[in-house]
Formats: sequence, structure tokens, C-alpha cells
Amino acid sequence: MTLTQSTLAAVETTVMTYAEAIREALALAMAADPAVFLMGEDVGTYGGAFGVTGELMHQVGADRIRDTTISELGIVGLGVGAAMTGMRPIVEIQFSDFTAQAMDQIANQAAKIHFMLGGAVNVPMVIRAPGGSGTGAAAQHSQSLEAWFVHVPGLKVVMPATADDAKGLLLAAIDDPNPVMFLEHKLLYKTTGDVSVGSARIPLGVAAVRREGTDLTIIATGIEVSRSMEAAEELAKIGISAMVVDPRTLKPLDTDTILRTVKATGRVLLVQEAVRTLGFMSEISAIIAESDAFTHLRAPIKRLAGLDIPIPYAPKLERAAVPQVEDIVQAATDLVREW
Amino acid sequence: MKQIAVDPELSVSVLRTMWKIRRFEEAVEDLYGRGLMHGTMHLSIGQEAVPTAACLALNIDDYITSTHRGHGHCIAKGADMERMMAELLAKETGYCRGRGGSMHIADTATGNLGANGIVAGGIPIAAGAALSAKMRGTKQVAVSFHGDGAMGEGAWHEGVVLAAMWQLPVVFLCENNMYGMSMPADTAFNLDQLSDRAKGYGIPGVTVDGNDIQAVYEATQEAVDRARNGGGPTFIEAKTYRWRGHSKSDKNLYRTREEIEEWRLRDPIPKFEDIVRAAGTLTDDDLEAIRTNVRTELRTAVQRANAAPDATADDLLSAVYAR
Repeated sequence: MTLTQSTLAAVETTVMTYAEAIREALALAMAADPAVFLMGEDVGTYGGAFGVTGELMHQVGADRIRDTTISELGIVGLGVGAAMTGMRPIVEIQFSDFTAQAMDQIANQAAKIHFMLGGAVNVPMVIRAPGGSGTGAAAQHSQSLEAWFVHVPGLKVVMPATADDAKGLLLAAIDDPNPVMFLEHKLLYKTTGDVSVGSARIPLGVAAVRREGTDLTIIATGIEVSRSMEAAEELAKIGISAMVVDPRTLKPLDTDTILRTVKATGRVLLVQEAVRTLGFMSEISAIIAESDAFTHLRAPIKRLAGLDIPIPYAPKLERAAVPQVEDIVQAATDLVREW
Repeated sequence: MKQIAVDPELSVSVLRTMWKIRRFEEAVEDLYGRGLMHGTMHLSIGQEAVPTAACLALNIDDYITSTHRGHGHCIAKGADMERMMAELLAKETGYCRGRGGSMHIADTATGNLGANGIVAGGIPIAAGAALSAKMRGTKQVAVSFHGDGAMGEGAWHEGVVLAAMWQLPVVFLCENNMYGMSMPADTAFNLDQLSDRAKGYGIPGVTVDGNDIQAVYEATQEAVDRARNGGGPTFIEAKTYRWRGHSKSDKNLYRTREEIEEWRLRDPIPKFEDIVRAAGTLTDDDLEAIRTNVRTELRTAVQRANAAPDATADDLLSAVYAR
């Protein structure tokens, strides 16, 4: 199943920011189901460190937008217990880096309980956590940690790259009977986009082809999706036609769309903000190499990723640590020109 | 407050539960020793009074979270010994279909949210179940059974902080069995009694003799009543003793044979039998009938569990995610 431009065109849309789209999904989910609530640090009166919850507490009440102490492990743990007993908690971790504080409850409890207890219990919860660099917040507030979570069977992992996806995927994540890591990007919060009106879900496990192309396939996640779209515009000016694919959910992964689009162009550039070694694109690279798409390749698989370093503070250093638009343009050009 | 030892029905129930836990764990130890059981297990022999008395204060739909040393909590809350034994024997009919083993048995029908392999893992989960009960307005209470060792982990602190802030209907019940694996509790914690810590969290705390059925019951009932009536969490320290090693690898290098012997003399089961006999509540014949019945039930449970089909790997991949 692939969402095409024509099906999207039939849906009524409105322009809003990525943060507003998330808030709208939260409001819709809470209106539809009394079991849905959100808890986290400074999500109530303060409106969230990045303003995502905004005024929502005043609309739905302090019982359903719950301000917590600074206790990431405790918050996720309470979410697990609530999810096991009939609620549908959404937990906001203020920066995805702080999931390190909560990792036992995420990896050993939420992820494993359904399997470990022989299917007797479900843990339907969403853990929202913003990641990514570009805000000058340095090494403990800027990481892209999706690979940690993909490495834990039992977790689903979602990385919305547009406002519309943020809304539709969050609604689907809240519906899901499993723990879902919903990894937002700080630089995207204020970006705007056309967002579908209503409560339509975007199913987990369905990639989006953002742009059609014939010379190479760029597969990108999170903030690198919009950078890849910008790069594709630049590439078009020099006669290179780039297809851009956004997996949107890393677990489950839409392998069919990835392989189909790689076969179509015969060249693939994989772009992630996270550090290179054992990043998610390493897995996509292996999936391509192990499949029949391998025989369609005209060039070696190319990865473009963050450097294997902590994110630095100084703006020039921070920028140099992760792939920028010009890096994508350069890597794509080399791939097409040299092969 | 009920006086358990003068009530024949309650006395029978208490003795049955304690004997079930004792005999179940002795059977597990025997099966393991004979190479008929796989993996590892953590036995609570000597500690039976705590879960038995605490669960007397709970309704069937009240929640508990348990620990790696969880057979007693499971049985006391009402789990089926045959399905428990089947799990330990790696059978398809076990509570976790062979996926969890001794450390991960849950029984949602009796409100048991599961044993846990992470020492303080169940504390915030119990607080979350209590939050859920409060939000749904059900008047259910959650009890988090945990050991003294759990009080060194951050999850204990964070779970109790949140429960205290929101005045959640939860009871933190510490079975202080004197050792966190090999670390003595009185070395680990610079406290006269562990319940001294409760004041620092702004919740009531009490220490009781964990081998005294009436004392554990009264402390738990008071805490459960408080929780159910909106009075928030309570911490209970029940002092008891683990007769066996931490797990099968334990050589008891950290304690003396004399200490173990001294605690065996305080065995909670004959202690309670003496009380009900002296009170004239049950006769020697009654007491013997309880022991015989439990022995027969357990033998049947082991035989039936053993005859069940082994856990199958057929749908191993599809069991990871709920649908």
C-alpha cells in the first residue's frame, strides 16, 4: 500500500505546524477515548519544553495532561503499569537523550512484557521523545537514538518527518496495542505543512515516496527527509533526477517499498542524522544487499550519516557533525557521475 | 480488624496458602536438583507469611506486582499451581507458554501483573496500576511486593515519589529478608528500620514481624483501607528471612549456618499452627488434613504439568507484538 499524491489530494487539508499537528492528534485521541492521557515533565501549565502540549491541559484538564516530577524512569514505569490495566498512556520524555534514564522500563519492561508473560498482557503506550541536533544544546540534548530502540524486539519505532505524518502516525501509534517510540525532531516543530483534517490514521509500516525520480533513490529519515527533498531540487537543476523515500516507521519497516524503489533507479543513497556505526541505515543497507535488489544495483550502496562523535556545541561544529543539504547533493552527484 | 487465628475458615485458608507455597517450592527445588527442571529459580521458603497475610487484605481485582522471588505472591493471590509448574517445566500450558519461566509469571485473572526479573522494576508499574485505578474510579488498590535490595535502585525512588505526589492507591510492601543477594540489609541501609525512609517521601511507614500472620495482615489491611479511601500510599517493611540461597549458585558465604538455623526455629508455618491449636480454632486432625490435601493437590499439579506438551517454537516470531 502506498499513499499517492492523488489520494492525498482528495483529503481536505489545513496548514499547521508539526507541533500543532501533534497537539491536534493528542486532542482528537483524548476526545475519542477516555483511557488516553499524557504525562511528562512540564507538559501542563508550561505547555511542554517545545510547546507541543501548549494549552491542551486547559482544554482537557490536569487529570489527562499530567505534570510529573523529573523522574523519567518513574514516568515510563507508571505508563507501563497504567497501560497494563486498561489505560492508553502517552509519555512525553522532554529530550530523547533522557530515555537513557528510563531505559529499564522501556527495554526490559514495556518491550518485553507481552512476550515474556506469554501474551497475557498488552502494553499499549506511546513514548514521545524529541531528538536531533541543530539547537546548540550540545551532546546530552541532541542525539538521534532510534537505533537503540529498533534493537529491542517488542518496541515499534516511528519517526515522523512532516506535520501530516506527525498527526496521522501519532493517532495510529495511540491505537496500537504495543509500546511505540514516537521520535519527533526538534527542528521540525515549527515547520508547517498541509495536514489532513479529521482523524485519519497513517498506518505504521507504510513508507512514503516523497518524490519520484529515475537516477537514484535517496532513503532518508527524520530531519534528513526535508534536507533530501531540498537536495533533490538542487540535483534537478544539474540534471539529476532523485527519488526520495521516507520509511516513516523503522519498526515495522516497509521493506517492499524500499526494495521496489531501489530496483527502479539502481543507485541508492541512505541518509540519517544519527551516528554512522550500526545506525538504522546500516540495516537498510544490509536488507538491500541481501535481496534481489542487489542485482539491480549499478553502484555500491552509499551511506551518509552523522560523524561517530557526540554532538558538539559550536554552531559550525554542530553543523559539520550531521549531513546537511550540500552533503546530500555532493554524495548524490558523486554516486550518479561516478557510476 | 479480623482476628485470623480465631476464625476457622481464615485459619484454614492461611495455612493452606502457606503450605502450598512451601510445598510448591520444595517440589521445584527437588525437580531442579534431579535435573528435571531447566534454568534458575529463587525460592522464598521461610518467607511464606508475608504474601499470605498481605493478600488476605486484597480483593481478587486488586493488583499486585511481584519479584524474581515471586512464587509465593503468585500462589497467595490465587494462581493455579498446575499452570505455574507447567511454566517452570517449560510447557505450552504454562502461564507464559514457556516464554517467561519462574521470573515472569503473571495471572491477570487474579490481578497479578507479574513477577519481574529487574529488582525494583515492579515499583513504578504498581504505581501506574494504581494511577489507572484512580483515573478509572474503580477503588482498586495495588500492592508492590519487593525485597530490601530494591530499595537501592532508582526505580524505587521514582515510583514512590510519583505515588506520593498523586496520592495513589498503592502499598509498597518490602519483604526484608535480610539480604540483597549477599549484601546484608543492615549494612546497605544506614537506617534502624527501613520504614524510617517513608517519612522522607511524606508517606506513612511501618515495620512489622514478617513471620507473624496477624501483624502483616493488620499492617496491610490498614494500608489498603487508607489507599482505597483516598489516603494515598503506605510503606510496610515486613522482616523475614530467606532460608535458601539467593538462587541455585549461592554458596552462603556471606552468612553463618547458625544464623540460618536460628531463623528456621522461627518458621512461620508451625508458628501459626501452634497459635490456632492453642486458640482451639483447629485441631491436630484439621492441621494434618490441610497438609495432606495440599500435598495431594501439589502432586496432581506436578503430574499434570509434566504430562502437558512442551512449549512450541512454532509461533515464536508472532508472539513478540500484540495484535
